[in-house]
Amino acid sequence: MTTARDEILGRVRRALADVEPDREPVASPRLAERPHAEVVDLFAERVEDYRAIVERCTPAQLARKVGAAVPKGATVVVPAGLSVAVKGATVDDGTLTSADLDAIDVVVTDARVGIAETGTIVLDHTAGMGRRAITLVPDRHVCIVRTDQVVADVPDAVELLDPARPLTWISGPSATSDIELDRVEGVHGPRTLHVIIVG
Amino acid sequence: MSGTFVGMPAFPTAAKAALGDTQLRHNLSHATGVIRAKRSKLVAEVEENLGWEDLRLAGAAVKDRALRDLETNLVLLEERLSAAGATVHWARDAAEANAIVVAVAKQHAAEEVVKVKSMVTQEIGLNEALEAEGISAWETDLAEIIVQLGHDLPSHILVPAIHRNRAEIREIFIREMGLVGKPAPEGLTDEPAALAGAAREHLREKFLRAKVAVSGANFAVAETGTLVVVESEGNGRMCLTLPDVLVSVVGIEKVVPSWTELDPLLRLLPRSSTGERMNPYTSTWTGVTPGDGPQEVHVVLLDNGRTNALADEVGRQALRCIRCSACLNVCPVYERTGGHAYGSVYPGPIGAILNPLLKGTGDAQTDSLPYASSLCGACFEACPVRIDIPEVLVHLRSKVVDGHRDDTVSKLEAVAFKGAAYVLSDAKRLSLAERGSGLAGRVLSRFGRTTLPGGRRAAGRIPGPGAAKWTSARDLPAPPAESFRAWWKRTDGGTK
Repeated sequence: MTTARDEILGRVRRALADVEPDREPVASPRLAERPHAEVVDLFAERVEDYRAIVERCTPAQLARKVGAAVPKGATVVVPAGLSVAVKGATVDDGTLTSADLDAIDVVVTDARVGIAETGTIVLDHTAGMGRRAITLVPDRHVCIVRTDQVVADVPDAVELLDPARPLTWISGPSATSDIELDRVEGVHGPRTLHVIIVG
Repeated sequence: MSGTFVGMPAFPTAAKAALGDTQLRHNLSHATGVIRAKRSKLVAEVEENLGWEDLRLAGAAVKDRALRDLETNLVLLEERLSAAGATVHWARDAAEANAIVVAVAKQHAAEEVVKVKSMVTQEIGLNEALEAEGISAWETDLAEIIVQLGHDLPSHILVPAIHRNRAEIREIFIREMGLVGKPAPEGLTDEPAALAGAAREHLREKFLRAKVAVSGANFAVAETGTLVVVESEGNGRMCLTLPDVLVSVVGIEKVVPSWTELDPLLRLLPRSSTGERMNPYTSTWTGVTPGDGPQEVHVVLLDNGRTNALADEVGRQALRCIRCSACLNVCPVYERTGGHAYGSVYPGPIGAILNPLLKGTGDAQTDSLPYASSLCGACFEACPVRIDIPEVLVHLRSKVVDGHRDDTVSKLEAVAFKGAAYVLSDAKRLSLAERGSGLAGRVLSRFGRTTLPGGRRAAGRIPGPGAAKWTSARDLPAPPAESFRAWWKRTDGGTK
């Protein structure tokens, strides 16, 4: 008996009998180079376009900015290896259940890459970002992006990222336009995205 | 619990019913208009600093490259997925794919699964297959919940509840949510934000307790074994992250050869579908990551007619489709009839070619789809991966006609064309026919029921076989009282 695998691959082979494969990877178009400061400005502007909160600060101001981004009395979870100390935060050790996380108000993380053109932040869930669940269940995500992590466009980010890691690309807070195409921020993911750009 | 497309009537019949629904037409024209405007603004932005056409060419080239060497790419994908700890299954058709998902759910004694919005699981009727085995399948995308709770059918690829307005959605939530979980809150208004909030509350308990999740994938990278899901609400992240077991059903055409070649597609898809620079969330995962997300990962590679489409030299370009739905939003036919008339989870221009390509021609409903178009070409212009939909439509029409060449009873259209050929091939026969039509012209200009722009009279609905069908939706202009040839003869080419 032929297996489904063999049969499907056989059908593919017969269907493509007239076709030569193309071995050369496709190069995609790139934006013209711009000064890095402009790229960072565009990043801030584009993240804000999604109705996220965007702040900029120097490394010296970071701890205070992060502290201020956490509402008074809110419970906070942070991943191990976060670049800044957050007072009163629980450090995730992997034992918090989904229900535990559901009772936490705020998560603070670092990021891996910021993409200016699309206003996107990418997490690769290594140290400083933690496992995926902690940036998903709490309702407010405070995310720290260093200016030297910001790249111009998607192809620059794809080159930097390691596909072996799970990746989460975040462009603004969770949103839907499913009801009469009316955009509503905040469905299942964090309803507030607060981005702090440092440097 | 949702409806089914099985047994839907052919497009003209279904479209006629849809055209009579003014609420539907209002909802559709508003929604497609809004997305069209958002999309064209972003396309203009890319055009200015990069070149939209260059990006389209790159996107089409990536998908073509993947398809031209599909066997190599699929084998590589399987190898990389397995190396990363995923279990790979192959399914020839819907029944096989459904059986695999059911078996995984049963192994974990799951009574329910949570689902990420996925076209392919609708295509194979997975929810119905799970329900037949006593397993509840919960849709988690807002529009999909509206469809599921309303026992309704999706009518758009991206916004499946595009045919529903806020008041209808509020009613569905109040009536249905309590029957399957957390009820809608007291005093729920029809504000979109309030309705989204009700869905958040209703689904959160399901996300937190679910053991098994089912997804599709927008892309599958052969070189790395990485799957990609693009979404907006975060329901996808919930399903891909919180449960212990994840099963992803992936059509074999979803493959992308290499990691860096994801790029043009990730830039094209959100701009073309929701009219955003980037969708709120994109998740990528490669097999199992210890300590993060599902620790048991299954991938079902599905054919279900895709190799039929691949074997069609003209039609295979349809497999480049990234399910953005830009072609629906620009289509004058879709805008008026909505998605249900196409009788498939794939509606609109892409559905009009994809369904016959996947299922083959020969069935009356499927055969009616390539004709559900005015061939205006707006879909080709909007397609981010440059699928020449009009070309494929014409090609499929010829296949449909070829399928009837040996019919013992000829189609009316074939009889009409044979008659036309008889008349047009002989000057005497033509002039006789012209005299007849001139007479009809004089009669119609007196008694014609409508006036066309420019003042020419036209006939309304004309009775008789064929004629009645043709004229029920078209005006037949009154023929001129004198033919060109008669005029030429009478005036000696306009000199007398």
